Amino acid sequence: MPPFVHAHASHCESGVMASLSRHHGLALSEAMAFGLGAAIFFAYLPFMRINGLPLIAYRIQPRAIIKRLNRDLGLGMRFEKFRSPAQGTRRLDELLDAGHLVGLQTSVYWLPYFPPDLRFHFNAHNLLVYGREGDDYLLSDPVVETVVRCPRADLEKARFAKGLLAPHGLLYYATGTAAAPDWAKLGKRALKRAADTMLRTPLPFIGIRGIGMLARRVERLAEGDAARMYIGNIVRMQEEIGTGGAGFRFLYASFLQELAALTGYRPLEALAARLVEIGDRWREFALAAARMIRRRDPFDAPALAARLRGLAADEKKFFGELDAAQRAWAC
Amino acid sequence: MRERDVPQEGNATLGGHRKAVYAVADDGRVRMVTSRGWEVEEIVTRQAVEDLDRLAREARQRALAGLTSPLEVHMYRARMDVALLAQTTGLWRWRIRRHFRPPVFARLSPRLRRRYADALGLSLEALGRID
Repeated sequence: MPPFVHAHASHCESGVMASLSRHHGLALSEAMAFGLGAAIFFAYLPFMRINGLPLIAYRIQPRAIIKRLNRDLGLGMRFEKFRSPAQGTRRLDELLDAGHLVGLQTSVYWLPYFPPDLRFHFNAHNLLVYGREGDDYLLSDPVVETVVRCPRADLEKARFAKGLLAPHGLLYYATGTAAAPDWAKLGKRALKRAADTMLRTPLPFIGIRGIGMLARRVERLAEGDAARMYIGNIVRMQEEIGTGGAGFRFLYASFLQELAALTGYRPLEALAARLVEIGDRWREFALAAARMIRRRDPFDAPALAARLRGLAADEKKFFGELDAAQRAWAC
Repeated sequence: MRERDVPQEGNATLGGHRKAVYAVADDGRVRMVTSRGWEVEEIVTRQAVEDLDRLAREARQRALAGLTSPLEVHMYRARMDVALLAQTTGLWRWRIRRHFRPPVFARLSPRLRRRYADALGLSLEALGRID
C-alpha cells in the first residue's frame, strides 16, 4: 500500500470515500463520491430530535454513500459493529497493525480537536484512521485541513457514544482494489436515483414535499425565542461545518460539471449552473433567517416560509429537468 | 456563489479552523475553496451554544440554592438533555430526574456515580462539585 494522503473536504462521508477510494487505486474527487452516492437530498424529520429540535437533512442517510460506492466501485468493504468498547478498540488496533486504512463512525462531541463551539452530540460523523503511535491514533478527518491526533480514550468515547444515530463502534475498511467503472452508466443511474428520491419518495417529509412541509411548519411559528431557535436550527443543518454551504447544492453542482466533462454529456453543464443559482437562494434564506435571529430584521415567519416554497418550486423544476436529462442520456 | 464572494469573516466558532466550501471560479467551474467562515454560521452556532450555556447557568443557580443537584448542571455543561443522558447511561428518565433532588443525589451509590461520571466525561470528584 502507498502511504496515505489526507484531503480536505466539505462533507465527512463523501470526503472519507474520496480518500479511501484513492488509497485503493481509484482517484475520485469528493464531488464525484457525493454525486455517485446520489447523496443530494432533503428531509424534514420532526420525530427525530437533537436537543429538542427536529432533524433537517440535506443529504441522504448515513452510510448510504459508502454502501453505494462500495457496490459500484468494487471496493469489497467490510463493516463491523461491537458490543463493547474494549472489543471495538482491540479490533481497530488489529486492523491498523495489519496495515489497513480504517473508517469510523463517531460522535463529534468527544473529538478533542474539534472547535469547542462545534462539539454537539451529533453521532453520524465519519473519519479515517491511518495509523497509531503510542496512545494516540493518527486520524484523517475530512472536514479538518490537516491530519490530526486523537488519544485512545477520547476516540473510544466518540465511537461508542449513545443517542440518535448511535455508531455502536462502527468501523469499515476496503479489501479490494477499486476499478475504473463505466462513468456514464454509473452516472446515469446516480442521477435517476437522486431525481426519484427528491420527486417521488412516497413520504410527505422527504424531497420536494418535505421542503413544503417545513415551509408550513415555519409559517406557523409565533415570534419568540423558541421560534428563533427553530429557524437557527434549520440554518445550522444547512450551513454548519460539514456541508460545503447551501445544503450541499454547490457540491452536487460540482459533481454535475465533473460528470459532464468525464462523459462528454453536455446537458449536465446547464443543470450545474441552475443548481448553483438554487444554492444561492438557500444561502439567501440562511442570511434572512440569521438577520431575524439577531433582531436586525423583524421576525417574519411568512416571509421565510415563502422563501422555502420558492425553493421547493425551484428544486421541483430542477430535479424534473435532471430526470429528463437522465432519461435522454443514451448510454 | 462566486469564488471571490466566499466569506472569509474569521468566524469565531470555527476556533481558527478553515472549512472547505464549494464556489464558482472565474472559468465557471465549481471548485473547493477554504473559508474562514461566514457570519451567518457564527450567528446560528453561537445561538445554539448560548442556549445550552443558559440552561447550565440556570441549573447552577438552582443548585447553589439547593433546588437541584450538581448532576443537572453537569448534564447541561456536557450539552446533553435528560433524554440523551438516559440513553448514554442506560437509566430511566424518571430516575435521572429523581437524582436531580439534592438529598437523593447525596445518597447515590458509588456505582451510579461512576456511571454518571463516565457518561459525562468527568471524574467522580468533579461530578459532586460545581464551580
